[in-house]
Amino acid sequence: MLGLNKRDFSLLLIVAVLALGAPFILNPFPTDSAMAQFNAGYPDLMQRFAIYGIFAIGFNILFGLTGYLSFGHAAFLGVGSYSAVWMFKLLSMNVIPAILLSVIVAGLFALLIGFISLRRSGIYFAILTLAFAQMSFNLAYSVLTPITNGETGLQLTLDDPRILGVSRTADGSIPVTNLFGMEMREFSTLNVGHWSFDFSVGYYVCAVLMLLSFYIAIRIFRSPFGMMLRAIKSNNTRMTYTGLNARPYALAAFVISGMYAGLAGGLLASMDPLAGAERMQWTASGEVVLMTILGGAGTLIGPVLGAGFIKYFENIFSKINDSVLHSWFSFMPDGIENLLVTLVHPFVGKGWHLTLGLLFMLVVIFLPGGLVEGGQRIARLFRRKKPDDAKKSTQSTPAE
Amino acid sequence: MSKSNLTRRGLIKTSAIAGAGVALPTIFTASSAAAFTNEPTGGSVTLGFNVPQTGPYADEGADELRAYELAVEHLNGGGDGGMMNTFSSKALQGNGIMGKKVEYVTGDTQTKSDAARASAKSMIEKDGAIMITGGSSSGVAVAVQGLCQEAGVIFMAGLTHSNDTTGKDKKANGFRHFFNAYMSGAALAPVLQSLYGSDRKAYHLTADYTWGWTQEESIVASTEALGWETVNTVKTPLAATDFSSYIAPVLNSGADVLVLNHYGGNMVNSLTNAVQFGLREKEVNGKNFEIVVPLYSRLMARGAGENVKGIHGSTNWHWSLTDDASKAFVKSFGEKYGFPPSQAAHTCYCQTLLYADAVTRAGSFNPCAVGEALEGFEFDGLGNGKTLYRAEDHQCFKDVLVVRGKENPTSEFDLLEVVEVTPAAQVTYEPDHPMFAGGELGACNPGA
Repeated sequence: MLGLNKRDFSLLLIVAVLALGAPFILNPFPTDSAMAQFNAGYPDLMQRFAIYGIFAIGFNILFGLTGYLSFGHAAFLGVGSYSAVWMFKLLSMNVIPAILLSVIVAGLFALLIGFISLRRSGIYFAILTLAFAQMSFNLAYSVLTPITNGETGLQLTLDDPRILGVSRTADGSIPVTNLFGMEMREFSTLNVGHWSFDFSVGYYVCAVLMLLSFYIAIRIFRSPFGMMLRAIKSNNTRMTYTGLNARPYALAAFVISGMYAGLAGGLLASMDPLAGAERMQWTASGEVVLMTILGGAGTLIGPVLGAGFIKYFENIFSKINDSVLHSWFSFMPDGIENLLVTLVHPFVGKGWHLTLGLLFMLVVIFLPGGLVEGGQRIARLFRRKKPDDAKKSTQSTPAE
Repeated sequence: MSKSNLTRRGLIKTSAIAGAGVALPTIFTASSAAAFTNEPTGGSVTLGFNVPQTGPYADEGADELRAYELAVEHLNGGGDGGMMNTFSSKALQGNGIMGKKVEYVTGDTQTKSDAARASAKSMIEKDGAIMITGGSSSGVAVAVQGLCQEAGVIFMAGLTHSNDTTGKDKKANGFRHFFNAYMSGAALAPVLQSLYGSDRKAYHLTADYTWGWTQEESIVASTEALGWETVNTVKTPLAATDFSSYIAPVLNSGADVLVLNHYGGNMVNSLTNAVQFGLREKEVNGKNFEIVVPLYSRLMARGAGENVKGIHGSTNWHWSLTDDASKAFVKSFGEKYGFPPSQAAHTCYCQTLLYADAVTRAGSFNPCAVGEALEGFEFDGLGNGKTLYRAEDHQCFKDVLVVRGKENPTSEFDLLEVVEVTPAAQVTYEPDHPMFAGGELGACNPGA
C-alpha cells in the first residue's frame, strides 16, 4: 500500500500508532503517584519528540545513506526557526506559510553550504560544515542582531506589522499561532480514573508532519535514488571510475536533509514563537549526530527512537532535584537515605548529561547498531526458530 | 523516485487516510472548565523555580534556589519565619498560601532562552505550576516572561537588571522586584563624579545581550551627563571566558576609566584579566586608571578575590545592612546554610513572599487578581526600606546601594562595603522615559 512493500508498510503503521497514541503511551503512571515524575506525555515534550524525530530522520538521509557526516545541521534548524518567526511577525499567525518558508529558506541555505562543502569528503567535509554552522551561530548571535535579536532571541511583540491578521487581539495580547483557527497551544485533558491524558492540537500537527516525513524517508530509502546514495557510501571512488558523477546525488541528499531540518525548525517556532541563536550552536549539531547514532544510523526508525531518548533525558532527568530524591528514599534510615541521595545526585538534575554520556558509551560499545540493534537482539531471542526471518528484518547498516 | 504506481484506488485510500489524520485534532478541541491555567484544586499549590544551574550564572542560580527553599519553608510555617515577621503586610499566616501547602518544582535554564522556555513549559504543562519565578539573566527573563504571558501564569522575575524587562519587553503577567540598569546609572553617577571628577574618558566592555546593551546605554547616558567622554564601547560574547584580547586595546585607547558591563562569571574573568594587564597601576592623562563595575554582587566579589578592592559598583541589597528585615533574613538564611545570602537570594526570597502575600490579599490564585493586588502595592520590611510596585510597568522602586570592594575584609563574606544609600526618589523615572519606551504591558492573561 502507498507504494510500500508489506514490511515497510507495517513499520509505517507501527510508527503511526505510536505517534497518534503517544498521549496514552507516554503517560503510563497515575498522576498522583510518585512515578508520575517519569511521565512524558505533556504537550511540550511530545512536540519535541516529534520535531526532533523529523530532524533526525532528515539527518539520517544524509548520514545514514551517503555516509557524509555533517556537523553543522543545527544551522538549518536555526534558519528555519528564524524564517518562521519572521513569517509570524510579518504575514500571518497561520503556521502553513511559516513552515513553507522555513523549509524553502533552509533548502536554499543547504544548497549554498552543500555546494561548497561537498567538494571534500570525510573529516574535511565534517569540519567545513561545522565551520559554516559556527559562522551562522556567530552571525545570529551578534552581527545580524537586527534580524535575530541576538542572545535574547527573536520574539513576537505587540506591534508586529502583520499583513494578514491583527497585530494584537481584542483583549490586547499577542495572537497565538494557529492552523486555520485551531490554536497550537490548545489542548484538552481526558481523565480516566487516576490517569490523565493531554491531547494537544500542536502535538498532532507535529505528529502528522512527522509521519509524512517518515513516509517520504521510506520512499527515498527504497528508491533508485536511495540506492545511488548507498553506493556513494560504500565506495565513492569506484563510482567516479565507472563514469558517474556522484556529487549531484550527494548534494540532493544534503539539500533534502537540510529541508527536513528547516521543517523541524519551523515547527519548533510554530509551537513556541521564539528563535534563539543557541539553536544553531555546535552542541545542537552534535545532538542530532548523537540521536542518529544512538538510535541506529542508516535504519528507518532508529533516529526517531534516538531523538525521543535524548529529549526524554533532557526534560525528565534534569528535573529530578534533591528534594525528589529524598522523597524516594525517605523510607530508609536517615544515614542510608543521605548516602543514597549523595550517590545518585551527580547523575540526575544538572548531571543528566553525565547519565546520558554513560548510556551513549554503553550503546556504542555493546550495541554498535544503536537501539534498533538492541530491539532486534531481543526479537531474535523470541524467534530463534526462524533465523532467516530475523536476518531479513534487519535494514541496519551500522555507522562507519 | 522513478517508479510510481499511482492508481485511482490508491489515491482515494491515501486521501482518506490523510483526511482522517488532519481531522483528528478537531475532535479534541473541547475547552476545559477551569477558570484559569493550573487552578489549584487540592490541598497544595505548586510554584516553579526556574534558575540557571549550569553556565556562567550557575553560582547565582544555586543561591537563588536556596532562597526559594527557605521561602517555601517559611510560607509553610517552618523555620523562624524570616522576613515574614518584618514584612509590613500581615496577610501571611505561615499556613501555606490560603491554607494550601506550598510545593515546588525546579528546572535548569542553562542561561539559554530556549532551554529556559522548555523548562518553564514543562513546569506549567506537566507539574501544574501556578507561578514561575527565577532567572539570572535578562535574556532568559524576557523570554520566560513572554512565555508566562502566553500561558496565563504569573512570572515573578528573579535577578534581571536589564531596562527591557520592565521597559520595551514588559508584560502584564510579569513583575520585577530587582532594580535596573537605569537605576544603577542614576545612583552611581554622583559617586563617580565626587571620586573621579568630571573630566574622564570611559571605555566600555559589554556583555552582548539585552542586559549589557541597556546597562551600557544607561551608564553612558549618566556619565556623559557629568561631562565624561565615551571613547569606545565593545561587545563581548556571553559565553566568553578569556577577555585578554578585549583588554589589550584598552591600553592604547587613551581611556582612563574602564566600565565592565559584565556579570557573574564574565565579570570575574574580565576583571581578573584587566588587573593582570596592570590597568590599575597605570596612569593615563595624568590620572589614575580606574575600573567600574556597575552591577556588583558578593558572589562575584568572592570569585574575583583580591582584584575587587576599591572598585565601585551598585547593588540591590547587601547582607551587612542593619535594618530589622535584613538582619532577620541573614539570620534565618545563615542558620540554614551557614553563610550569608547574596542579593540574588534576597530578591528571589522577596518575590516569593510578595507573590504569596498578593494571592492572600486578592483571595484568589487567578493571575489577573494577583496582578491587581501587586500593582501599586506599597510595602516595607523586606530589607530595602519603603518600596512601591509601580502599576504602570510592574517595576519596584526602592533605595539603591552604591558599594565598594573592601580594602581589609574581615571574613570571606565581608567583601563589600556600602558607600552610599541612594534614596528611591533619585532613581525614579517616568514610565515613558526613552530608555523604557516602545513596550506595553498589554492585558493580563489568565489562560484557559
